[in-house]
Amino acid sequence: MTKINLNRLDPQFKNRVAEQPGGEGLKACFACKACTAACPIQPLDKRYDPRKIIRMVLLGMKDQVLGSDFIWLCSSCYSCQEVCPQNVRFTEVMYAIKNLAAQEACIPPGLMAQRSLLRKHGRLYEVGEFENEKRLKFGLPPIIEHPEDFEKLLPDQSVGV
Amino acid sequence: MEALLYLGCTVPIRNLNYEVSARLTAKALGITFRDLEEFSCCGFPLKSLNVEDTMVTAARNLALAEREDLDICALCNACAGTLNEVAHQIRTRPEIREKINQRLRPIGLHVEGKVRVRNFMRLLWEEIGVEGIRKAVTRPLEGIMLAPHYGCHYLKPSELNVGFDSSETPRTLSEMIGATGAEVVNYPSLLDCCGGGLLGMSEEVANAMAARKLVDVSKTGAHALVLVCPFCNVMYEGQQKKIAKSTGLDLKTPVVYYPQVLGLALGMTSEQLGFKLNRIKPASLLKIVEG
Ligand code: SF4
Ligand code: SF4
Ligand code: SF4
Ligand code: SF4
Repeated sequence: MTKINLNRLDPQFKNRVAEQPGGEGLKACFACKACTAACPIQPLDKRYDPRKIIRMVLLGMKDQVLGSDFIWLCSSCYSCQEVCPQNVRFTEVMYAIKNLAAQEACIPPGLMAQRSLLRKHGRLYEVGEFENEKRLKFGLPPIIEHPEDFEKLLPDQSVGV
Repeated sequence: MEALLYLGCTVPIRNLNYEVSARLTAKALGITFRDLEEFSCCGFPLKSLNVEDTMVTAARNLALAEREDLDICALCNACAGTLNEVAHQIRTRPEIREKINQRLRPIGLHVEGKVRVRNFMRLLWEEIGVEGIRKAVTRPLEGIMLAPHYGCHYLKPSELNVGFDSSETPRTLSEMIGATGAEVVNYPSLLDCCGGGLLGMSEEVANAMAARKLVDVSKTGAHALVLVCPFCNVMYEGQQKKIAKSTGLDLKTPVVYYPQVLGLALGMTSEQLGFKLNRIKPASLLKIVEG
């Protein structure tokens, strides 16, 4: 066990996670480990352990959780929350944690790039003539971008409105 | 029956074989798809950054569909799951509905969460059914062995799939494959997640997740793995070569979309169904069916 530096614990951390949409049921966890056993990532990367992540949140280990790169490994497969006897919606809890990490500016570059594309085009892939010509060859209607709504819909840098 | 076809971002650019075969088979079975040009991304890619951004992006599409007073049919599991979940939140949580509508106001939209969102399989299952498909088949796929892959967001979270399928013992895709006359192949890792969600974070872990299923399926001797989601395709078709290389395994499992095999059973040609875009050619399958 690594020693926990108590000075760096943030007692408000669990409340902040629980306040995010999806984070609500977090405190009901009784550490049974069913989520960990169901998680497909856990056997492949031991650092990623749902039950342990919840413990860390409940203990207030904010920096260790938000600053770690393993929180981005969740595949969002919902296996953990399907098996939880306490109705902890852990897949959603992970989104709550990642949202907080994003507010503190620990964002994987790929995700930020996707967000910029979305604000600019309203889609993940830009659609140009080439794409629509290919579609036409298959008898498919053209895709027309409607980007105008997205600058209004997604505030600039809104990570953490 | 009529529904709005929700394409999302990926299918209409990268998976034309899926789109073309879904449109053709739907039409043949009496389903009318209408396109809504203004549909954009479902919001799923924003969820890790900001859940509320995902909700407004999804809600924009839902609001557009409400104006047309038609239900949505989505081809991608992740799109269907996201739109469905957000519609559910809007319906059941007034404070969320209020917040989302505030953010939709500047673009002149309003949402109530009235439209129903289904993925293509659920639409087929509920509107046509196994019997309906069986009756429509003109060229039963006899002698073809097919392995289903449902995908996590097809089955879960299960509260969104009440009355449709079970996340532990799924049967819808398998039975719909069976309705084409093909033999459904079972394998141990049926419920495995493809790992696509973390490809951008760790290719190594993602590939390890997809590998087990590819190995299992190739051992069964199935003619193809049958998918219903473009994301799962990224892993099983797109990454297959790399996975074979890194594991040293001899993998060559063709990957097809359900409406492609359905279309074959309905008498359509492999050309109509976009098979030339399948990257690992299901050569022996097509040979049996088309000679
Ligand atoms: S399954 Fe639920 S109760 Fe058990 S450890 Fe995981 S989150 Fe906690
Ligand atoms: S959703 Fe994430 S934490 Fe839960 S089982 Fe899947 S990968 Fe593990
Ligand atoms: S889930 Fe992906 S493909 Fe589907 S609309 Fe959303 S971003 Fe696009
Ligand atoms: S198998 Fe992977 S891509 Fe497919 S639905 Fe599940 S998480 Fe998404």
